[in-house]
Amino acid sequence: MKRSRVGLGAVALLSVGALALTGCSSSGGSENSSDANTDAIITTNGSEPQMSLLPANTTETGGGKIMTSIFAGLVSYDAEGAIENEVAKSIESEDATNWTVTLEDGWTFTNGEEVTSNSFVDAWNYAVLYDNAQGGSYFFDNIVGFSDLQNTKDDPSGAIDETTGKPVQVGDPLAETMSGLKVVDDTTFTVELANAEADWPLRLGYTAFMPLPSAAFEDMEAFGENPIGNGPYMLDGEGAWVHEEKIDLVTNPDYDGVRKPANGGLEIIFYATQDAAYADVLGGNLDVLDAIPDSAFETYESDFGDRAVNQPAAIFQGFNMPYYLEHWSGEEGKLRRAAISMAINREEITDVIFQGTRTPATDFTSPVIDGWTDKLEGADVLEFNPDEAKKLWAEADAIAPYGDTVFDIAYNSDGGHQGWVDAVTNSISNTLGITAQGKPYPTFAAAIDDRDNDKLTGGTRAGWQADYPSLYNFLAPLYQTGAGSNYEDYSSEEFDNLLKEGGQADNVEDATAKYQEAQEVLLKDLPAIPLWYSNVTGVSADTVDNVVFGWDSVPLYHEITKG
Amino acid sequence: MLWYAGKRILQMIPVFFGATFLIYFMVFSLPGDPIAALFGDRPPAPGVIAQIRAEYNLDKPFIVQYFLYIGGLFQGDLGTTYSGRPVSDVMASAFPITARLALLALVFEAFAGILVGLIAGLRKGKWFDASALVVSLLLISVPTFVIGFVLQYVFGIQLGWFRPTVSGDAPWSELVLPAIVLASVSFAYIVRLTRASVADNLNADFVRTATAKGLSRRRVVTVHVLRNSLVPVVTYLGVDLGSLMVGAIVTEGIFNINGVGGTVYRAVTLGEGPTVVSFIAVMVIVFVVANLLVDLLYAALDPRIRYAK
Repeated sequence: MKRSRVGLGAVALLSVGALALTGCSSSGGSENSSDANTDAIITTNGSEPQMSLLPANTTETGGGKIMTSIFAGLVSYDAEGAIENEVAKSIESEDATNWTVTLEDGWTFTNGEEVTSNSFVDAWNYAVLYDNAQGGSYFFDNIVGFSDLQNTKDDPSGAIDETTGKPVQVGDPLAETMSGLKVVDDTTFTVELANAEADWPLRLGYTAFMPLPSAAFEDMEAFGENPIGNGPYMLDGEGAWVHEEKIDLVTNPDYDGVRKPANGGLEIIFYATQDAAYADVLGGNLDVLDAIPDSAFETYESDFGDRAVNQPAAIFQGFNMPYYLEHWSGEEGKLRRAAISMAINREEITDVIFQGTRTPATDFTSPVIDGWTDKLEGADVLEFNPDEAKKLWAEADAIAPYGDTVFDIAYNSDGGHQGWVDAVTNSISNTLGITAQGKPYPTFAAAIDDRDNDKLTGGTRAGWQADYPSLYNFLAPLYQTGAGSNYEDYSSEEFDNLLKEGGQADNVEDATAKYQEAQEVLLKDLPAIPLWYSNVTGVSADTVDNVVFGWDSVPLYHEITKG
Repeated sequence: MLWYAGKRILQMIPVFFGATFLIYFMVFSLPGDPIAALFGDRPPAPGVIAQIRAEYNLDKPFIVQYFLYIGGLFQGDLGTTYSGRPVSDVMASAFPITARLALLALVFEAFAGILVGLIAGLRKGKWFDASALVVSLLLISVPTFVIGFVLQYVFGIQLGWFRPTVSGDAPWSELVLPAIVLASVSFAYIVRLTRASVADNLNADFVRTATAKGLSRRRVVTVHVLRNSLVPVVTYLGVDLGSLMVGAIVTEGIFNINGVGGTVYRAVTLGEGPTVVSFIAVMVIVFVVANLLVDLLYAALDPRIRYAK
């Protein structure tokens, strides 16, 4: 899951909403200049990468947009999230389990080294090997042999982790390479999956799957500072990454893939607050901004006219009710979840709190994902229906009276969540007549801690931004029994089986049908109460044209023209 | 005098250890596991978190962590951030910018504040004095971020006189607007301090004596009134240098300045002990040195103050 790190704005500057600078008159008219300058550098916003720039260690948006610009994987995504072959010539399988990947000839890294099967296989093995502690290793967990490289045991000295109370884990890998990855020749390798996955190629455009040149393995730390890629852009020389400040990218002359840049390069400027970035676009110092600060929600569309973008993104937001709480398990819990869901006026909250920059949810995924539909059976549980909500709540009370227990929703107060949490709890308390309120945690770390250790006293904010455009990526990690992000321990055999059947389906259409059926199970159980999809909001100055936002909320930089 | 200064500098040692210890403990006590939070809603494969925790000594008891940090400190190693950058690098990029910003703000508030305060004090009750009081009241009561946003919008975006944000190298010319914003509140206090102090001193015996001796008004005002009125102002300025450096967080955010405030804020939310402590330790030293300078300046300003053995 990619998490954005711009947090300061929310704390220090959220309250400035009232001051939202109105009356700005910068015109939105665009002069479609056809004489675009292919040497022009596009300036855009970013944030300091959280980790050094290694493919499998970059799991947040700041580093992510740099990595996808300087690397080309087997495939890349177009604006709609469909995959197009980059280094891959073909990715084929007869049974969705054994895949054969054939590479296109002629790809090189910017140091001249050829991109071969080993560039991928070695990078993937590196990503998974326990000792390398790569945050994105879980993306490979379906490849046969994954657990051999991840195998861990209790620390022989008997050390206990103070936070979790469990023994400290140390690596004891049984193998250095995954047995499911086999290099056939320089341009062919095979992948054996542990479980069939019909849409497995969909995930291959994600940063974790990028290839690495052999130079990387000599000194990973140095490589992470000055990565050598094979993508449409490359670092503008040694030290192009000025920490906390910016990174300069120029076009890679040898790149010949589907993302051939129409400009000369990118200057990605790191902003601590989106407000500052917004001021820079208004002041003409920034070409493209892919996030609008809360304080400008009311004005950005009038400021920028048709240069403003507001469209659904692959971000799902909701809240979860843990099963370990009294009143929230079994039949009673089911009734209460449905009642709560129907007690929330999503339309009104997205309009008033978010000025239409969120779209009320009708499922557990996102409208930008292929296979999304708002016609799922049982989706009416996501509509505001106070009478039905009261009725279901009363039915639950008949099983065990709720009494005057306070209903709360936990959130981290450093993320700008207070507004909507208060609105949601107000909506619930007005409809059901119970005491409902937000429960702030000072930091994300504190909030995730209580979630992890099953110590919540009520609901918890839950969100998910897709790593790759697939329904599966919205469902399996969050609701499958025992999955990594299934913090609230939801478990449904029916759901698990449907997911498995979807994976084994012969084609993506059949898989989609199974995933939708699986979602209908979720709509009955409501392990998460869907609220809305976050939109991607962005603006561009009239210095640039052809600004199109991709499925992942990041502009397709290579298409932007300037001058 | 030297002996006094030496004694004061020696006092910095326990202050330094006490402050670093307390701050390290506070960061350590922050709720939650900072490493787990790095990965957002999706935990990495088992063991990754434990491994990173071990790398940053977070799996050890507090006291061990603290001494490992202090030990590294004496070898010139301030630790690394969670992104693997040496803290010393982060300091080397953040401190110069903030120091320049604070210095510019200090110069602005000292000169403008004392000048306006002096004139207002000399013309107590006149229109200049009245308007200075109203303006300073406004500056004190309006939050800094409002002043910041308004100035940024008017001068940066509408009039285009300044860049709305500061670019990476932060040249002096781009720091002028942020420095004015940063200095605005202190400027108001200094106006009021100087004005009150000047107005008081105008009626003091030594001023009456000076005037009676037949000294020119200019000499009375500059040498006798102003010099004696500066004692409280200098005290304020000394304390303020410290708060200008740490307190720049809001201003730095508005103008996207990569300085100390923002870095410390980020480090606190990430629970990055070594970064927070190293930065705050330097801040503590800045505070202590500034206070020492202020105390020494007293003697220069007011002949009645002497530091003997």
